[in-house]
Amino acid sequence: MDNIILNAVIALSGIGVTAAVVLYFVAQKFKVIEDPRIDVVEAILPGANCGGCGFAGCRAFAEAIVAAGNLDNLNCPVGGNTAMAEIAKVLGLEAEEKEPLIAVLRCNGSLTNAKPKVKYDGPLTCAFAHNLYSGESGCPFGCLGLGDCVDSCKFDALYMDKATGLPVVIQDNCVACNACVKACPRGIFELRPKGKKDRRIYVGCINEEKGAPAKKNCEVACIGCGKCVKECQFDAITLINNLAYIDPYKCKLCRKCALVCPTNSIHELNFPPRKEKLVEKVDAPTEPAPVATEG
Amino acid sequence: MILKTFKLGGVHPPENKVSAGAAIQHLPLPDKLFVPLSQHLGTPAKAIVNRGDDVKTGQLIAKSVGFISANIHSPATGKVAKIDQIIDQTGYKRTAVFIDTQEDVWEEGIDTSPDIERTIKLSKEEIIQRINDMGVVGMGGATFPTHIKMMIPEGKQIQYLIINGVECEPYLTSDHILMMEKGEEILIGTSILMKALGVDKAMVGIEANKPDAIAHLTKLTEKFQGITVHALKVKYPQGGEKQLIKALTGREVPSGKLPLETGCVVDNVGTAYAVYEAVQKNKPLIQRVVTVTGNAARKHANFLVRVGTPIEYLIEHAGGMPADLGKLISGGPMMGKALVSPEAPITKGSSGLLLMPETEAKRAPIKNCIRCARCISACPMGLEPFLLAQLVPLDKWDDAEANRIMDCIECGSCHYICPSGRPLLDFIRLGKDKVGKIIRTRVKQ
Amino acid sequence: MNNLLTISGSPHIHTTDSVRKIMYSVIFAMIPAMLVSVYFFGLDAVRIIGVSVVACVAVEYLIQKYLLKGDVTINDGSAVITGVLLAFNVPANLPTWIIIIGAIFAIAIAKMAFGGLGKNPFNPALVGRVFLLISFPAQMTTWPIPKPLFAKSVTDALTGATPLGLLKDGHLANKTIDQIMSDPAMPDYIQQLVGFQTGSLGEMSAIALLIGAAYMFYKKVITWHIPVSYLLTALLFAAIFWLIDPTYYADPLFHLITGGMILGVFYMATDMVTSPMSAKGQIIFGIGCGLLTMIIRFWGSYPEGVSFAILIMNAFTPLINKSFKPKRFGV
Repeated sequence: MDNIILNAVIALSGIGVTAAVVLYFVAQKFKVIEDPRIDVVEAILPGANCGGCGFAGCRAFAEAIVAAGNLDNLNCPVGGNTAMAEIAKVLGLEAEEKEPLIAVLRCNGSLTNAKPKVKYDGPLTCAFAHNLYSGESGCPFGCLGLGDCVDSCKFDALYMDKATGLPVVIQDNCVACNACVKACPRGIFELRPKGKKDRRIYVGCINEEKGAPAKKNCEVACIGCGKCVKECQFDAITLINNLAYIDPYKCKLCRKCALVCPTNSIHELNFPPRKEKLVEKVDAPTEPAPVATEG
Repeated sequence: MILKTFKLGGVHPPENKVSAGAAIQHLPLPDKLFVPLSQHLGTPAKAIVNRGDDVKTGQLIAKSVGFISANIHSPATGKVAKIDQIIDQTGYKRTAVFIDTQEDVWEEGIDTSPDIERTIKLSKEEIIQRINDMGVVGMGGATFPTHIKMMIPEGKQIQYLIINGVECEPYLTSDHILMMEKGEEILIGTSILMKALGVDKAMVGIEANKPDAIAHLTKLTEKFQGITVHALKVKYPQGGEKQLIKALTGREVPSGKLPLETGCVVDNVGTAYAVYEAVQKNKPLIQRVVTVTGNAARKHANFLVRVGTPIEYLIEHAGGMPADLGKLISGGPMMGKALVSPEAPITKGSSGLLLMPETEAKRAPIKNCIRCARCISACPMGLEPFLLAQLVPLDKWDDAEANRIMDCIECGSCHYICPSGRPLLDFIRLGKDKVGKIIRTRVKQ
Repeated sequence: MNNLLTISGSPHIHTTDSVRKIMYSVIFAMIPAMLVSVYFFGLDAVRIIGVSVVACVAVEYLIQKYLLKGDVTINDGSAVITGVLLAFNVPANLPTWIIIIGAIFAIAIAKMAFGGLGKNPFNPALVGRVFLLISFPAQMTTWPIPKPLFAKSVTDALTGATPLGLLKDGHLANKTIDQIMSDPAMPDYIQQLVGFQTGSLGEMSAIALLIGAAYMFYKKVITWHIPVSYLLTALLFAAIFWLIDPTYYADPLFHLITGGMILGVFYMATDMVTSPMSAKGQIIFGIGCGLLTMIIRFWGSYPEGVSFAILIMNAFTPLINKSFKPKRFGV
């Protein structure tokens, strides 16, 4: 009996010591010398691994920053200016102050604005539906309403509004990680500056068809009439392929374009209500079409 | 008699060939035609007519652009109203030539007589050129330009021409009735293709559920050298190119390669007929036989219609638009495309219109996969559809490629057979699209 | 045209077969064996089967309705199958509360915990059975002597060992195979085929089970791969050892018709969810099951090895699926 115990103890100890020695040498042999600053930078980053920076994860981003030695073209949208400033301080670099961005849905083809003409019966993924056909409303540019963007969002910043059939951006949660922009097979989402007091003006449509066919599918489509382009005093609006686009960096948020838009496809967010006088002066449509609200 | 067939997989959906007895009916010309510029696989043709131009039946109105493309001819006489976008069968808007039709006047040089022209006068090169000029494409549905199939690369030897008269899709009868009414023309077309390919053997494969067509063509082949008719087991997808080659010659097209590798070229019976018309009659491909059928259809018919005819025009002539129409399908029920609008025009590849009542239109609710492996035993390519459909939502593209997602021929057998009603093919299609893009970028690098 | 057209990807037609139909075919196939068990054990059999089925369905319903708060899918019949199979794998005199525990374990732990139908790696009925066998060894290995309805009691004994149990005990007592086989408690082959033997509810009659299996083949619910490879392997393995030493090892036919072999081979190894998908994989699975069954029967401490063999091979199923791909076209 004693013998068995003794043998077991000796055998196990022997195995343990051998393994320890092997492990030690292996660890020496395969030692990876890493810049300790990578760990520091990684600790500052939010750790969401969302890929919004364009790298595989926060670690990869930290490695890239340390390797690059400057902060040009490197930005963590989630951590924002505070995180980037802190990283800059640690590495002794200069961080450029960047305007915070937010995802914006450039489609208002809700179930009422763009009435469904067919029924879709298949897997609930936009990627497949986009390959299959033009969409329930017939608009080949508009939102398919199957929520690939919602699935892609890691920050609970998107949800599907059942009443409109469109995704809604929750402003406080959105970190502009770009995931929804990449997930949407039609490229409807755009990252735009958050704007002063969160006020934003944008064209809620990416339909490049001519006026008549666009309007046939959706009441609030941009028909490329160019009225907003003429109205804008700051050259912020361009018209390419029958589609108006408002440059957020030139736009002064005067809201005049929204008033002249005949289809109400220009959206204004978080503005105080208009003074009545102004509304009367410009011949605005009596009943503005419902605009996607943002929480 | 043991019928020839392919070995792996396959399903047997109810055949429902209701319109089989209906003779080909010539439809009068509609007032307006919408001729899409993209009726074939590859680059859309470029329009060479302008708004207001007068066109004659058979006149070239759009020229092929690039290597894989095909000419398009005016299917009617009339005036070009405009060249504009129209919702085609894909559900997306594509450019089409709008023609207001007048009385039919054929372009000069086209033989419109009903006589059968039997002697093949043209040489090999002239035949291929003529097929190219007349805009002949594969009529089975894939619409691959036929003249490209005829151009055999250096060093490749072709032994067999295979004529596909299988028509394994349920409901469809357009090839069947064509074989019955234009049998001799099809065989002349086959001889022309044999001459162009330089082969001395051609096999016509027909599913055993068309005994009249098998008997008819077998009798006719007595007059033709080197053409044999083979009855094939009724099994879907018997008419798939790879499955048909396997059934008739026992050869397997290697994964990722063209049928050419097995020394075979496959053409549809409709293509053979179009080749006959193009070469012997100088007639461009501007009309085809389209089956109108389905459980919602008031009448089951086989129409001979001009390309560009709106689909609703065909339905009107088949007893009118049914009130309970739930799904409108271009092609057969297994591989056809659900249409967004009945205004879409007939193209060179439209073999049939299937009108499904609302009760049949909805899919069954999706249940859990019970790993019954029926999709595996049904897959004619020996794939694991359940696995591919699992990998795709997880974005596991490498795994999907390793499990040969690109081999899928999209026959739909897996989704058909699934007792849980899982949309396997939908996910596989999505995966093929993604993996295909990944492979293309890799090749570029 | 009054309604909106439906858009979906091809194919647009679907088989009329469904999960429900498959499950109900299996239930239907088990009816002959159920009737045999009722014939031999009377109300006890009704009690066991009834309690087991009701408990399985109820547990699944409660979990789906109140725990997962999702769709309730008890009408697909899979819980009923688990219930019947569990009942088939226990002795007829098992107390009701034990069978309820077995049902709860089978459905809650072995099935629903993994995500419900189609996601369980192990056959739930077998997991339930093995759980009971380990937890309640006494109750689970005391088999009542079958008392056919309308027949006078042949013997006064209330319980007895199964043929395999007799074999194991005989080996332990160093008896030769002839001595074991001449034991008055050992039923002859005809009796075993028809069902005059001691055993769990479902293993009584090989013939009744085979009738059901034939029906499943006809309905294409099962394919030949697993049953044939399983049976052939077991037979071959038993035959080799029988030929080597016929005084110690029982003959292959005995192993085939006794115990849970037929039940396991046709009803449990063929379970779609837990068996491999490709034909090659299924054959490997069957061979593995056959080998393990006979190894446990010959040299294990339990007289019967079917449940353990199938469960062990269930664990290998994902690996087999990965290693044995179907024959690809054009490769």
